[in-house]
Amino acid sequence: MDMMEKLEILTASAKYDVACTSSGASRSGQSGSLGNAVSMGICHSFAADGRCISLLKVLMTNGCIYDCAYCVNRKSNPTRRAAFTPEEIANLTMQFYRRNYIEGLFLSSGIMRSPDYTTEQLIAALELLRNVYNFRGYIHVKAIPGADDVLLSRLGLLADRMSVNIELPSQESLNRLAPDKSKQSILKPMGLIKSKITENSSDLVKYKHAPRFAPAGQSTQMIVGATPDTDYQILNLTEGLYKKYGLKRIFYSAYTPVVEDSLLPALDTKPPLLREHRLYQADWLLRFYGFEAKELLDEAAPNFNPLLDPKCSWAINHREQFPVEINRAPYETLLRVPGIGVRSAQRILKARKAGSLDFYALKKLGVVLKRAQFFITCKGKPLEGLKVGEHTLLRSLMSGQELAKFQLPEVEQLSFFDDSYMAALPEASTAATFGKGV
Amino acid sequence: MFKTTALAYTYDGSFEGLLCCVFESYEWKETPLAIHSDGDGQGLLLESKWIETDSVKAGRVLRSIPLKISPEAEELVRLGFWSNAADKEMLLLNFLYLGFTHGRKVMNMLADDTVSALNKAVQQLRREGHHYLGFVRFSVYGPVMAAVIEPRGYILPVIEDHFCDRFQNESFMIYDKTHGMALLHQPGRQAIIPLQEWTPPEPDEAEAAYRRLWQGFYNAIGIKQRRNDRLRASLMPKRYWKQLPEMNGNPPALPALAARQERTARRLKSGQRELQ
Ligand code: SF4
Repeated sequence: MDMMEKLEILTASAKYDVACTSSGASRSGQSGSLGNAVSMGICHSFAADGRCISLLKVLMTNGCIYDCAYCVNRKSNPTRRAAFTPEEIANLTMQFYRRNYIEGLFLSSGIMRSPDYTTEQLIAALELLRNVYNFRGYIHVKAIPGADDVLLSRLGLLADRMSVNIELPSQESLNRLAPDKSKQSILKPMGLIKSKITENSSDLVKYKHAPRFAPAGQSTQMIVGATPDTDYQILNLTEGLYKKYGLKRIFYSAYTPVVEDSLLPALDTKPPLLREHRLYQADWLLRFYGFEAKELLDEAAPNFNPLLDPKCSWAINHREQFPVEINRAPYETLLRVPGIGVRSAQRILKARKAGSLDFYALKKLGVVLKRAQFFITCKGKPLEGLKVGEHTLLRSLMSGQELAKFQLPEVEQLSFFDDSYMAALPEASTAATFGKGV
Repeated sequence: MFKTTALAYTYDGSFEGLLCCVFESYEWKETPLAIHSDGDGQGLLLESKWIETDSVKAGRVLRSIPLKISPEAEELVRLGFWSNAADKEMLLLNFLYLGFTHGRKVMNMLADDTVSALNKAVQQLRREGHHYLGFVRFSVYGPVMAAVIEPRGYILPVIEDHFCDRFQNESFMIYDKTHGMALLHQPGRQAIIPLQEWTPPEPDEAEAAYRRLWQGFYNAIGIKQRRNDRLRASLMPKRYWKQLPEMNGNPPALPALAARQERTARRLKSGQRELQ
């Protein structure tokens, strides 16, 4: 099999792993080696699906001894198999990196023979890159559940980021679709990585030149839409993982049917991209906006409203907290205003020092008022001429434009006035009096 | 700030030259109607005064910026000068008037028209610089590598340190076709020099093979069911595509793997053994 065919097979079977970020590690170049790492991450291209390409993302092999129902690489799926040698991986990474095609390598693999053997192969490829080719670029590597602790520890010393994919958000779903895996077998390596990172940071205090263990931390991925798990379950799990395992990122992957299976959505099911998008927004709210999962969803309303972004939904249900005065509100409060993001909030704080702000000034700062206007006052006054009727409010808050940009196929099928979604919105009468005094 | 004269200033287009325009304006307590660089062919309609570049005067203006305003203001002015904002000279002059009047506070005056326009221009430059950290594509010609870029702003100095650090052992050139400048690097040495023209040589067999592998990777990594051309074009605007091998010659739309394999095999059969 020639190199091109191998690369195509081992890329196509790695593409459902959505993480492609190269962020979180910072390392300068060095004479005699190739590469450095930039903490904010760099996208080198964008695929036809609009996803960032930062890393050469490939599998070592797509052969696997396991049989996870949702996976193209599962044992029982009759597909062409291929495998790279460690030498081939290292060479391709170097050649692509030199041409500035990529920021580094994302290496994963199906399970060959055993988790230990697979991990040894990954180690061989990374050792070649780091120690023989002197590669200082970014490396993301998959930790294989079930592999020996000693092997996983060696792997972590060669990589910037490690990840173990949870894939399915509950034990029941795992039992059904990934009979070879258990929650325990997934969480164990996660715990090990976490403790290694903690241990390493105290070593670094003692010895400045201690080798770094996964300096860009660990991440994981969950598949959305292959199982009946709700957004509330997913978000709670997310919150727990951030807290307990100190994860850097959690990725959500809208399930794209790849194999026929009676336990899975039919092959012609469209990936739930809008749902995936809402989960990313909520994840953002947890990490940067000071929200908790239980503020955003609950047992009674366990799924996000597709028509409203999670912050708007929250604001509509917490009208008593608005309007917010732009010239006085603290940072945390500004962040809770729909339409005001981290950057806008920071600009407001800065510009406030030079004088008090009115609506015109906000526009100059680049604050988008379309949604924010309903939730703020400037110098005690609402935006002049602002009408808060049922229609203006809903039309402004609903993310029609944002959705159109994403070209989400399911949006076209969604009637904007579908009863079940409208029920989740406030009553017309309450909307009309929304934001008292406005 | 001062009385507006009916004059335009014309200068040599250098940063120092612009600082001398600032000096001139303060010396004569006059605000010009416009400032043109002599190369841009503008300003024919206005009577104009030629401002000679004088490094002593320029140095005095430059040193006063961090002292009387702030070090951040100096950075903003340098970056603003590299941006491609329309009328950037007048924008910078107006910013300096404000800065020398209000001191460091000017950096917080984000709602002011001049400050916000300058910040916007600088953000755009930075964004373009960041884009190019990813979108520069080197071709390897034996022991050297070279890339061509066509940026709107003058971003070579913005990306210089990044590439020189990353490729410390390499000899490379990044040629900015728009501005006729090139960043040259050899181990231990780097410089940005004027370069009016340069045509990249034809790729050799190994270079062509890695480009094809990269295109193969690019086409295989996209998920067909999620195809979204609009999103891609907004994240990677079309003006960059010309220099990206993966986007060249209207790339095929996520071809089915099987359909391509035969073609690929045929293409790669000759002389590709070192890659296998
Ligand atoms: S172990 Fe991984 S590669 Fe193997 S079938 Fe399961 S998900 Fe796929």
